Amino acid sequence: MNIVVLVKQVPDSGADRNLRSDDNTVDRGSANNVINEMDEYAIEEALRIKEAHGGEVTVLTMGPEKAAESIRKALSMGPDKAVHVLDDALHGSCAVATSKVLAAALGQLGADLVLCGAESTDGRVQVMPHMLAERLGIAALTGARKLTVDGDNLTVERQTEEGYEVVAAATPAVVSVWDTINEPRYPSFKGIMAAKKKPVQTLSLAELGIGADEVGLAGATSTVLAHSRRPERSGGERFTDDGSGGTRLVEFLATEKFV
Amino acid sequence: MSEVLVVVEATREFGVKKVTLELLTLARELGTPAAVVLGGPGAAAALGDKLGEYGAEKIYAAEHEEIDGYLVAPKATVLAELVRRVQPAAVLLAASQEGKEIAARLAVKLDNGVLTDVVGLAADGTATQVAFAGSTIVTSKVTRGLPLVALRPNSVTPSPAAATPTVEQLDVALGGADKLARVVERVAEQKGSRPELTEASVVVSGGRGVGNADNFKLVEELADLLGGAVGASRAAVDSGFYPHQFQVGQTGKTVSPQLYVALGISGAIQHRAGMQTSKTIVAVNKDAEAPIFELADFGVVGDLFKVVPQAAEEIRKRR
Ligand SMILES: Cc1cc2nc3c(=O)[nH]c(=O)nc-3n(C[C@H](O)[C@H](O)[C@H](O)COP(=O)(O)OP(=O)(O)OC[C@H]3O[C@@H](n4cnc5c(N)ncnc54)[C@H](O)[C@@H]3O)c2cc1C
Repeated sequence: MNIVVLVKQVPDSGADRNLRSDDNTVDRGSANNVINEMDEYAIEEALRIKEAHGGEVTVLTMGPEKAAESIRKALSMGPDKAVHVLDDALHGSCAVATSKVLAAALGQLGADLVLCGAESTDGRVQVMPHMLAERLGIAALTGARKLTVDGDNLTVERQTEEGYEVVAAATPAVVSVWDTINEPRYPSFKGIMAAKKKPVQTLSLAELGIGADEVGLAGATSTVLAHSRRPERSGGERFTDDGSGGTRLVEFLATEKFV
Repeated sequence: MSEVLVVVEATREFGVKKVTLELLTLARELGTPAAVVLGGPGAAAALGDKLGEYGAEKIYAAEHEEIDGYLVAPKATVLAELVRRVQPAAVLLAASQEGKEIAARLAVKLDNGVLTDVVGLAADGTATQVAFAGSTIVTSKVTRGLPLVALRPNSVTPSPAAATPTVEQLDVALGGADKLARVVERVAEQKGSRPELTEASVVVSGGRGVGNADNFKLVEELADLLGGAVGASRAAVDSGFYPHQFQVGQTGKTVSPQLYVALGISGAIQHRAGMQTSKTIVAVNKDAEAPIFELADFGVVGDLFKVVPQAAEEIRKRR
């Protein structure tokens, strides 16, 4: 099975993150950039499918020069090769344009199965799997906590607000995974060394047949007008329990009309 | 005035979801609210009264087995057809997984911008979003097409404004590409009478400090006394204390209730990401240095196993 895993480099969600003051895009320059956590689960799932059924695993990233670090990190877990869509014109692309670019790259790669994280920690938008499926005319099974591959048939178990659902589709398909699906492996020393030699192909917009005016800030379908830091919450009253903590808590709730 | 399409979300148990009522309330500011019900046969009949009560002047009903039989694609197809025909002033959805997914497909079909996790929307289409774990406020606008906006639950106070909606049945004409992701089985898991986590006006969450699954009864008890939903930190979920669907935070649900109670939760940045915009925050933690206290409007430094039962008792006494 030809599996492509979408990997996005994001600013570390455990540190302070900002938007740039000049063009309101995510500040990637000053941030500690890492692989979007949920994508590691997608890589792990891809590797497990390859181990069980054979095939090839390709990492696909759209991002600036810097994203190459995350690509190597992803490869060190075990995928065979990577494709990096790299073009200065992509800076500031909206989700709609990003899906156009990724769909074009996926078209060239001819994937049977596209795996990705259910959402990224920077945007948390959750739209990409369905945007890609819509463009490629293939199925999208989203938010998988379990994925079963049987020949060309995929079955996914996904959490819903009321319980869970079992959904099925034939390949080719996009499957997004939640962090409950598996436990990603740590790259081994051997894996890290091997990753240095694995092929990473870069693709430009021209090679994908997409015009620079269709992407980036210029081609965006939505725009950020302004941004500001939310005022920090300041801690309020703190009561050290002297045996009446529960009662004091309820007194507070009562003054706020919650009881 | 142009119509503003509101994509209805409902559950079998509780009917129209609160977020849909928020959307109708918001839609009244932007134009003439028109509710769109996408579901199986008979889906709209049960919801009409409630939708009218909150100002829906019109109900578009697309009712077909295949709408429920496949994941979101059929809904997006029907909706895209409707948008092309009525040229609404805006399309509003809930920022639920399904709402965002319908919006995603609609954006591609119409080559239209999309804004998700919106917490406010002005009449001129300017949206407010909260980004980066609640630390940043962003104003944004769709610049291509109509405002296609997914609203985060608990962003608007729903207010009734009675209308008598006319109902229009929509044709459901689906193609092969709409029927690729088949729903094999839907399993409802018992969760009693508690409100849905993202919609609840009170959320009581437990963390690693709760110690084990059995002790989560304490968290549930307090939630029930306050009429709230139960949440959990990732550490509590990872330790098997409580199911994943109740996780609050960066990789769980984002909640924005009137009251958030954190029990035995340290307040890591990824947890804060999911609850920071709550109106009032209360914490119980035995560590006076726990970062959760930096956010809490009221904090008790103490053992939750003493504080929570006492609080529960006190609430019962006051009834
Ligand atoms: C990419 C990423 C995504 C993440 N996503 C999420 C997410 O969605 N949600 C989330 O919650 N976390 C998330 N995390 C994890 C997060 O960093 C923290 O590890 C987690 O929130 C800690 O949970 P906790 O507060 O329950 O546990 P701890 O940090 O271990 O805190 C337990 C607290 O309980 C207190 N305590 C113990 N016993 C008692 C007692 N008897 N009485 C009172 N207090 C007591 C302790 O003082 C302590 O403060 C994520 C991490 C990463 C890296």
